[in-house]
Amino acid sequence: MSSLILDQYNYAVVIILMMTGLYVVFASRNLIKKLVGLSVFQTSVFLLYITIGKVSGGQPPIVESHGTDHVNSETTLFASIGELESVVQSSSGVLYSNPLPHVLILTAIVVGVATLAIGLSLVVRVREVYGTIEEDKIEEYDRIYYKEIIERQ
Amino acid sequence: MSSMSLFPQWIFEQGPAFLIVLPLLMGAVTAILPNRSMAWWVTFFVTLICTYTAFGLFQHIYFDGFLLYTMGGWAPPHGISLIVDGLSAPILLLISVMAMLTVIYALPSSISEIEPKKRAPFYAAFLICFAGLMGMVITGDAFNVFVFLEVSSISTYVLVAMGAARDRRSLAAAYNYLIMGSIGATFFVIGLGFLFMETGTLNMAEMSAILSELNGGTRVSKVGYGFIIVGLGLKIAMFPLHTWLPRAYAYAPTKITIFLASTATKAAIYLLLRFTFTVFDPSFDYIAVMLKYLIMGAAIVGMVLASFQAIFQSDVRRVLAYSSVAQVGYILLGIGIATSSGLAAGYLHLLNHAIIKGCLFISVGAFWYRFGITRVSDFSGLFKTMPLTMGAFTLGGLSLVGVPFTAGFVSKVKLILAAAEQEMWWAVLVIVFSSVLAIVYIGRIIIVAYFGSPPKINGSTFIKNEAPFMMLFPMWVLGLMSIAIGVNAFGIGDGFVSASEIAASVLLGGRG
Amino acid sequence: MHDPHVILKVISKFLVPFIALFAFYVQFHGDFGPGGGFQAGVILASAVILYALIFGLEAAKKAFPPSWVRIGMSSGVLLYGGTGVLTWILGGDFLSYGVLAHDPAHGQHYGIIAVELGVLCSVTTVMIAIFYAFGSRQPEVDEDNW
Repeated sequence: MSSLILDQYNYAVVIILMMTGLYVVFASRNLIKKLVGLSVFQTSVFLLYITIGKVSGGQPPIVESHGTDHVNSETTLFASIGELESVVQSSSGVLYSNPLPHVLILTAIVVGVATLAIGLSLVVRVREVYGTIEEDKIEEYDRIYYKEIIERQ
Repeated sequence: MSSMSLFPQWIFEQGPAFLIVLPLLMGAVTAILPNRSMAWWVTFFVTLICTYTAFGLFQHIYFDGFLLYTMGGWAPPHGISLIVDGLSAPILLLISVMAMLTVIYALPSSISEIEPKKRAPFYAAFLICFAGLMGMVITGDAFNVFVFLEVSSISTYVLVAMGAARDRRSLAAAYNYLIMGSIGATFFVIGLGFLFMETGTLNMAEMSAILSELNGGTRVSKVGYGFIIVGLGLKIAMFPLHTWLPRAYAYAPTKITIFLASTATKAAIYLLLRFTFTVFDPSFDYIAVMLKYLIMGAAIVGMVLASFQAIFQSDVRRVLAYSSVAQVGYILLGIGIATSSGLAAGYLHLLNHAIIKGCLFISVGAFWYRFGITRVSDFSGLFKTMPLTMGAFTLGGLSLVGVPFTAGFVSKVKLILAAAEQEMWWAVLVIVFSSVLAIVYIGRIIIVAYFGSPPKINGSTFIKNEAPFMMLFPMWVLGLMSIAIGVNAFGIGDGFVSASEIAASVLLGGRG
Repeated sequence: MHDPHVILKVISKFLVPFIALFAFYVQFHGDFGPGGGFQAGVILASAVILYALIFGLEAAKKAFPPSWVRIGMSSGVLLYGGTGVLTWILGGDFLSYGVLAHDPAHGQHYGIIAVELGVLCSVTTVMIAIFYAFGSRQPEVDEDNW
């Protein structure tokens, strides 16, 4: 049991972070804390992807250039996937980690930052309009505010 | 084909990418346009051209089969491919038509809803949201789905929050939607991670081939499917995960409500179909169990409970929002039956519901535009004040209930037949019962509008105050469309039915 | 006369150009190794943000006007998309860089440089936009009462 955890501690870390994040999102009534929870939750997914991209004993996925000066660096430019694959295979014996998850996560990080920025700017607007960032109070203010409007009509 | 000459050959070669690139680039252009009224024209022409292109592709796949487009010439499975087939083409057309009608409606409604300074950003965000939805539907790469899903969602959060100019509750609604939407998207991407672990690819066709080779795969892909279905369920507003929807629909600017109600959830349902039936396969035992118990269970509970909730709402927008949750239940029920007739019925209801809800939300938006009212009690006497608008609302309402000779009737009858085929009599009963509840919540609005006395606003009675033409046009197009589907005028009804049958055959067989 | 932040100001004034230079190194090294528009954009934006933190938002807005931000965001996307449109005009698929030059490998090179510049442009301005948007709010607590 303990060896299972030690061998796959990366998943344990991911799961702990994931659950922490989700719990914070659902349990806190403070808008900023919820966003913090959301960020932790999203970050755990980034970790999950990065750990699945690692191949045991794999090198960083950079194909060595044969000519180091950029004038003669034709070998690093590929017109097609086939050409790239042939170069990767020709440098035989070298095991590369999978670079694809990293690329995916770069995109996911950008998406996460965009979400966080939009979320924070919404919180700023809420703070300006309501004067609070506690969900309970916002709901209470809305109840009072709209009850008055309806009664006035 | 002679009708093909309407479209240049280029559309069939580059159309799939063009449908995403045009709105995305024009969104960026719109954001820096100095002239405010030009933003509307740009947006309108973009949606018009996209509708034309989507229609060309739609015709093409019926005559010449599906289209596969490779981004940057990188062949799948390495590159990103775009797929237009019998399943995605009708949804592409639906999204572009609804976007065009929404933009037409948006011109008068922006005057009262969006500050002049914010109009160019508004249209920019709208175009980016549109591009995201098109991308979600058209892409054949699973991770690309996530990117486009987030592109459309993030712009939707911004658009919903723009309702704050008139109703401050839209801020909290947008925030809530952001939290739920992001959790949904993150669940989806966790699911994709598991699928990637199992198959080592992100191309949907490749994934599907590997999964069927593995006969469904190990526990990893089961867990992956579970995450994907929860993530998409949040976006679809599947019953227990629908809590963000009523508030977002009720407090967003009216045109965003129209656009979201008729496209966003529909695109997410498309993804559910795509993943459940083409990436995975209903013949895997865990998918069959999911369909039978989870999706159908959520559908049944949603149809009944959300309809009940709709009855007790005092705000018309919330009535329609809860009704949307219930109608999603109908679509999911068709999907859960998972036979070719069930899928066709669900798909047909998806298209019909988009048209019906578009019509209803446009008329509600017109009432708000004229009188600033949304509560059921305020609808008193609107048949006398706004006869044309209320007429379109009634058409939409009747279609939602499923009165004969309307679109709603056609799809509900097909759904009942599909359920009866499988001898699911309880499902038939629930469909009929939920329709009765629809009569109650739509009926009470129409009764108030028909029999009540005309509204008195600031002490004066409005004799007649019709909505502007730019609003009447889209709502009547959609209202008449739903009748045309119901009575099969000009073969439109048959066209919709055959589109849904082809979609079902794509889902159950190979590419059709 | 007595400025408490004199060391910070001198050091950061010295650092800002090097951060910007490093950003461009990451940008153009992206062709041959790790790097690229995203990372470079964030590094470049951090140079502006550091400047704003030390010398104040007003000074930063003079150095990098907010009007550039909106134009930069759009033009980055347009540069990216425009490359794709150019490949369309030259008769290829969208973003098939191979058609950009006689030798497809060179075409790939030119294409990726243009696209990465677009990414750099957008990411930098978006990061600065986010900073400006939050930085320009009135603080609740006065600076002296921290």
